[in-house]
Amino acid sequence: MSVVQPSPGPLSFQDLILRLHSYWSERGCLILQPHDVEVGAGTLHPATVLRALGPKPWRAAYVQPSRRPADGRYGENPNRLQHYYQYQVILKPNPADMQDLYLGSLRAIGLDPALHDIRFVEDDWENPTVGAWGLGWEVWCDGMEVSQYTYFQQVGGLDVDPVAGELTYGLERLAMYVQGVDNVYDLKFNAAGVTYGEVFLENEREQSAANFHGYDVAMLKRHFEDMEVEVASLLAQTGPQGQPLVLPAYDRVLKASHLFNLMDARGAIAVAERQSYIGRIRDLCKACAVAWVGLEERV
Amino acid sequence: MPQLLLELFSEEIPARMQAQAARDLERMAKDALTGAGLAFESLRTFAGPRRLTLAVEGLPLAQEDRVEERKGPRANAPDQALQGFLRSTGLTRDQLVERDGVLFASIARPGQPTPVIVAEMVEAIVRAFPWPKSMRWGSGSLRWVRPLQRILCVFDGKTVPFEIEGIASGDLSEGHRFMGEDRAPFAAHSFDAYAQGLAGHFVVLDVAERRRRILDGARAACAAKGLELVEDEGLLDEVSGLAEWPAPILGDMDPDFLDLPPEVIRTSMRTHQKYFAVRDPKVAGRLAPHFLVVANIEASDGGALVAAGNARVLSARLNDARFFWDEDRKVSLESRLERLKGVTFHAKLGTMAERVERITVLAQEIAPLVGADPKLAAIAARLAKADLATGMVGEFPELQGIMGGYYARMEPFRHVSTAELREAEPDGSEDPLSSTDQLQLTQTGRAGGTWYEGLDRGQVDAVADAVRDHYRPAGPNDAVPTAPASVAVALADKLDTLVGFFAVDEKPTGSKDPYALRRAALGVIRIVVEAGYRVPLKSVLVAHDERTSPAGGPRVRVIHGGACKEVQDLLAFFADRLKVLLRDQGKRHDLVDAVFALGDDDLVRIVARVEALDAFLSTEDGANLLAGYRRAVNILKAETKKNPDESYTGAVDPARLVLSQEKALAEAVAKARGVLDREVAAENFAGAMTALAALRKPVDDFFDKVLVNDPEQAVRLNRLRLLSQVRDAAGQVADFSLITG
Repeated sequence: MSVVQPSPGPLSFQDLILRLHSYWSERGCLILQPHDVEVGAGTLHPATVLRALGPKPWRAAYVQPSRRPADGRYGENPNRLQHYYQYQVILKPNPADMQDLYLGSLRAIGLDPALHDIRFVEDDWENPTVGAWGLGWEVWCDGMEVSQYTYFQQVGGLDVDPVAGELTYGLERLAMYVQGVDNVYDLKFNAAGVTYGEVFLENEREQSAANFHGYDVAMLKRHFEDMEVEVASLLAQTGPQGQPLVLPAYDRVLKASHLFNLMDARGAIAVAERQSYIGRIRDLCKACAVAWVGLEERV
Repeated sequence: MPQLLLELFSEEIPARMQAQAARDLERMAKDALTGAGLAFESLRTFAGPRRLTLAVEGLPLAQEDRVEERKGPRANAPDQALQGFLRSTGLTRDQLVERDGVLFASIARPGQPTPVIVAEMVEAIVRAFPWPKSMRWGSGSLRWVRPLQRILCVFDGKTVPFEIEGIASGDLSEGHRFMGEDRAPFAAHSFDAYAQGLAGHFVVLDVAERRRRILDGARAACAAKGLELVEDEGLLDEVSGLAEWPAPILGDMDPDFLDLPPEVIRTSMRTHQKYFAVRDPKVAGRLAPHFLVVANIEASDGGALVAAGNARVLSARLNDARFFWDEDRKVSLESRLERLKGVTFHAKLGTMAERVERITVLAQEIAPLVGADPKLAAIAARLAKADLATGMVGEFPELQGIMGGYYARMEPFRHVSTAELREAEPDGSEDPLSSTDQLQLTQTGRAGGTWYEGLDRGQVDAVADAVRDHYRPAGPNDAVPTAPASVAVALADKLDTLVGFFAVDEKPTGSKDPYALRRAALGVIRIVVEAGYRVPLKSVLVAHDERTSPAGGPRVRVIHGGACKEVQDLLAFFADRLKVLLRDQGKRHDLVDAVFALGDDDLVRIVARVEALDAFLSTEDGANLLAGYRRAVNILKAETKKNPDESYTGAVDPARLVLSQEKALAEAVAKARGVLDREVAAENFAGAMTALAALRKPVDDFFDKVLVNDPEQAVRLNRLRLLSQVRDAAGQVADFSLITG
């Protein structure tokens, strides 16, 4: 039996993920799996949005497929995808040396801050659809944004206390940088030479077409309204063990949010309606957040 | 004398907040020290990416001992009051002093040691620091711009001990995050040791020094390749706040991108990447295929990896820009107007498409007043906002207008290939279409139904220029548009904004002006006055305000119901803006009031009157006439008050003029009024002032010798009528009663 040697040359896409997993696992994070509802960003995984709330400490890391229907380019743009991966780390309360921990993770994937220009550039993060905001930075490596770094201050309109620190790595972009590749579809997915394009190009073509032309707008709208009704209905119910139905309700909020993004990609949302849709989703999310905090405090 | 050194060391402070933070720290420390009675020789502050620093020289070791005198009750006050006062001061009755029947207590206040005061001061500053945005972190409740990591506080060589929410003060600082072998914190017990320690640990403390290094280094890097830095103060400020050890590096850009408009390249570099653009001094106005990035490290490989990495990022950005540039040109500007129907301009002012309709009508109306062809002005106004629906402006909103200008200029040549265009561009200038007049404008057949149907090359350019320049002037230092069509659209754009927001009562208040209405009004004034256009502002505004065309046309009035009061408010707003502008040019604001009060709405005439009035009042004749005018007005006012039923209007009766001085004045007034009528009508305000000046002597003589309140009623009334005519004569030029100086 031979010991597996680190492969020479830059990390493949999957090795990059494995390195981050082992790095954050060693630093006390639970390594979770993606949430199984379509989301626009890793933040929306209940392991971040809901766990950021309430008093309990929490450390987790996971990969989250993220969908941004409007960013679809039929597989023809080297940098833009409607489906991509974010690597998400949540540390609550944020440790005092969180910046150092983060820089350690860059070293772990082969970015040496003595050779690369790493910068923390102001970026106040805000996600109005979940009533969340925080202060932090875009982290730049040689002028490229490789991560978002945020100290959550509010989620669902509620104060995050203690403060949770969130790190989001854009995995494709990071891998492109590490591998020196200009087209995302040329990324080495594994060390054996399977490319990202072999895995995902067809998906981009088909999903882009569906996002921009395939879906029935009237149906999307109906689904959105159904989800809206169901959130309220679920939050009003209690299970046979006395349990609230916060988590299922939150999944329906995510569905509603994704349906909104699909309608938006179709250009079906007039500018004037936009704020109202966002407000509706935020209200649903806030209701879930309030219910979740109530649960956290009871348990 | 002892020195205080304070460093508040945190995670990265946003660049845009650093300069203000240094000023706030200076102000707060000065106030605190002065308030505590601690004098000092000098106080300096510094701000950088990770630290705020305060250095105070020449502080005393402690406050002076003080004796505080407190006033107590009267000596004959009830005993209860006295006992209360003794309790609160801790003294006995015989320690009090009596003065004028009141008791006083002298309380000795021993001076506090300076470190005690400093500790209190630092805590107060940290807790009250006015960051534009602050945050909590970890489990604490302290707020700072980003997590506060460490506090160095040394007075007279020794640590000032205190703790703020778990952060204990100390004598340690630290250097650059990545550079140097030894990155452990180092101790500093004086400012010199601190500054040296930082320099040795790759931190430039002073932002002025960082700026200098960046500028010198950037210029040198460019000069080494025969290139020139495109300087940019705002960007320089920003990058000076992003690096503790700034290292300018020149990188390469794929020259193929140079066929993008230079504004696109510069904006992409600046807003996304914070790079400086570089030009080739040998080719006028052309960018060079390079960029200049300011890194925060001197990398061990000389920056090769950093330059290469940044070049790749820039390529990706410019590829995106090129995608928009190519896609945008596939769609005609006119067809984008449809999209503007879905873009709300303002909830109460309808969509952007409706705004375009209004601007189009207004531009057409203004065109003859500014020497523009109404047809061209209308075409340009219709296209002016179309670029808001393009991909490029979606990505770079600051390129609005500029992109519309490019797209309009190119649209008639859409059937011409880029290669043909390049061949038609022998001068190598930046604008890929600068020489397209060598190509024939699209055949009329192909242009059928388009905005450029029947236009020649010059007219297409005029439309494109108007689209490009209609937002100008962008600020007090920006030039105003001067081409006639551009002027018409620029005025229409601003006037529509002003009428609309005044109509829905979104006027600026105090420092709040979210729709930049002051800038719009000032823009109108500058465009009109600098070129001397004769625009009757009031009738233009009223016409625009009263447009009522419910069938999808301009709808300001329909939306909010009638509005003449708004027009009055708006004219007053213009008067205020003009006052500010003229005051900045050294003119007195009361003169503007005096001229505006006549109700004139022609800005050029108003300015001419103000200038003539200013010149007149600075002469001896002017000053004396003003005095005489005031005397006349005061007498008239007093008499009207005493005799409310009397009126002094009406002709002077020559038969009742008794004294030679009043006869002379009556003659002079009659003559002056004739001249004034003529000169004012001819807008020769200097001539009008000369006519007024001729009144000075007769007025002075009149007041010298003539008693207005003659016992004989008819003579008195006649004299009052004469004074009233003097007032009215002056009133033909300005309302002298509003002149305060």
